[in-house]
Amino acid sequence: MTALRSVPVASPERSVQALLPRAAAIPTQYLSPDGNLTEQGRGAPIDDALMTTMFRDMYLGRRLDQQALNLQRQGELGLWLMSLGQEASQVGSIRALRDTDYVFPSYREHVAGLCRGLTPTQLLSQWRGVVHAGWDWEATRFHFYSLVLGSQTLHATGYAIGLKHDGVDDVVLTYVGDGATSQGDVNEALNWAAVNDAPIVFFCQNNNWAISTPNRAQYRGALHRRATGFGLRSYIVDGNDALAVHDVTQAAVSHARNGGGPVFIEADTYRMAGHSTSDDPRRYREDAETEVWKARDPITRLELYLRASGVDDDYFSEVRAEGDDLAESVRKACLQLEEPVLTDLFSKVYAEQHPVMDLQHAEHLRFLSTLEAAQ
Amino acid sequence: MTQMTMGKALNEGLRAAMQADDKVVVLGEDIGALGGVFRITEGLQDQFGPQRVVDTPLAESGIVGTAIGLAMRGYRPVCEIQFDGFVYPGFDQIVSQLAKMRARSGGRLAMPVVIRIPCGGGIGAVEHHSESNEAYFAHTAGLRVVSCATPEDAFHMIQQAVLSDDPVVFFEPKRRYWDKGDVADTPSLDLHSARVVRAGADVTLVAHGPSVKVAEQAASFAASDGVDVQVVDLRSVSPLDTTTLHACARSTGRVVVVHEASTFLGIGAEVAASVTEHCFRDLQAPVLRVGAYDLPYPPSKAEDDFLPGVDRVLDALERSLSY
Ligand SMILES: Cc1ncc(C[n+]2csc(CCOP(=O)(O)OP(=O)(O)O)c2C)c(N)n1
Ligand SMILES: [Mg+2]
Repeated sequence: MTALRSVPVASPERSVQALLPRAAAIPTQYLSPDGNLTEQGRGAPIDDALMTTMFRDMYLGRRLDQQALNLQRQGELGLWLMSLGQEASQVGSIRALRDTDYVFPSYREHVAGLCRGLTPTQLLSQWRGVVHAGWDWEATRFHFYSLVLGSQTLHATGYAIGLKHDGVDDVVLTYVGDGATSQGDVNEALNWAAVNDAPIVFFCQNNNWAISTPNRAQYRGALHRRATGFGLRSYIVDGNDALAVHDVTQAAVSHARNGGGPVFIEADTYRMAGHSTSDDPRRYREDAETEVWKARDPITRLELYLRASGVDDDYFSEVRAEGDDLAESVRKACLQLEEPVLTDLFSKVYAEQHPVMDLQHAEHLRFLSTLEAAQ
Repeated sequence: MTQMTMGKALNEGLRAAMQADDKVVVLGEDIGALGGVFRITEGLQDQFGPQRVVDTPLAESGIVGTAIGLAMRGYRPVCEIQFDGFVYPGFDQIVSQLAKMRARSGGRLAMPVVIRIPCGGGIGAVEHHSESNEAYFAHTAGLRVVSCATPEDAFHMIQQAVLSDDPVVFFEPKRRYWDKGDVADTPSLDLHSARVVRAGADVTLVAHGPSVKVAEQAASFAASDGVDVQVVDLRSVSPLDTTTLHACARSTGRVVVVHEASTFLGIGAEVAASVTEHCFRDLQAPVLRVGAYDLPYPPSKAEDDFLPGVDRVLDALERSLSY
């Protein structure tokens, strides 16, 4: 098997800076980009039903992403951050959890969220500016997004320590980006998890970029090696290979569940789109690099595999039709999202009665009444 | 005199500061090839190289903490914090380290560090991207805290901030980045002077940063109702230019202060206390504050009601005048 990193690119050094070696181990890979099982993959257990489920998850996630992008371009969303290219990392990992395991996402995990039963509309609501937390995190065991980078990794660690104290055998999985690993919080979380033998999996989607900052400007020792240094068990996996991601995450989760302590997974993937709808990646990276990764597309890869193993057209057209419905319904539901009303917010800041809230609520109502009087 | 946007004025101001002194270095997330998410550092890396315009790892504590070390080596770092809500991982380095270094060293260590923070709301952003957190810094001895409201001030104040041997927290009202204005070649005020931006005899409206424009709009509306509003742009929130502030307060006898930050313990509280302590006999009405409500910044669809807009300012002016 060839290491992903050694794929030659015929372009100047600058254009492939994000692909330079990082003294990393060779990522676990079961499916090659052309959809064939690798040597490692041939030894892996393969569950056909899971493969079709993951294909559907990834496909629907991508349709949601595309529709959200359209809605943002039409002014219906303030911002959108695409998961494009990272579907296998998200689906492979979340599908390796039990429904009761608790997830602390970062802010780009829409595809994982869909798998956890969040509705597309719930996923859009925050980006339309109507709520900060758009879903029931208790019911879905999927916490609301954290936009302050890395902060969620400490919350996740604390939650995991709580689970351990309570003698519950659920685990926590937290998503974190390559850029966020530079934050003190993330390094504290890794250390904290280690000294507490916390039942937690840190899942790092290393998509090679943090806005315009390539990995080589972010860190110099491979991330999975850093985690090892903190005393965690760690893995590196081809993040565009849903099958490998699933298997590696399953191993990590059972390690954590069985009292083995925290685990770190580095998923080697790529942010195919700009950082967000506000970003213009052409200012800082070459198309040649994106092209390299296009050839490693996670959805194409699984589709090629499924077709070769006999899954017929009916399945794919069924999933496509489901995607069409999803896109259509997302648009409608997005436009119908209820808008927040400021008067409702004063009672949501403190658990107990608070005089400043009362005064300001009253002041706000008084002001609104002057507006009405003026009309 | 040239016309430019506030964003461009900051960019040109930084360029001028870097040209004037090769010890000036700029540090921040995505400020090199991208030019920063608001393009304030656009073209600077091409011109001055990656050693002076540094794309840092993603860590605000690291940005400020290493700026302190660079300052000790004689550099004059300008740190960019990507958004207001992301300064807190660097809070210890700012309020416990940067602010105190001079006093701890018995007045010997200079800390010529500028921390630029795009601030304020009104752009429909997601959470943590719209905060007005100047009061946290103004409350800390050892820091100077300023905010520009016009391209002219942006251009000159950023250069004056770089020249200061003290740490300056420099707030840039992000929703004004695209506003155009005239920029004179030489500054007309020093970094910490307030400016009377509109003369008026009936009531004084005090503002800074993004609220200056709101105050001016409110003053124009009031004028059509025959009320003569004086508008003061504080420019510096720490130190406050109390000389100008008190003179203005005495001249009208009525003061309303407006800011985007929450009202409780905001800059308005300091303005009100200072005016009350020093101008009590000249006041015709209590100093009134118009700030954002003391709520965490709401989802953006509710921000228009949350932020103090023209109507809330007019309401306060009316209350002050009818007192
Ligand atoms: C503490 C903090 N600083 C800065 C930012 C601004 N910011 C948002 S996303 C981002 C890049 C994140 O990169 P990475 O962690 O690799 O995640 P990705 O966006 O690639 O998924 C930055 C700098 C932030 N959200 N939080
Ligand atoms: Mg990244």
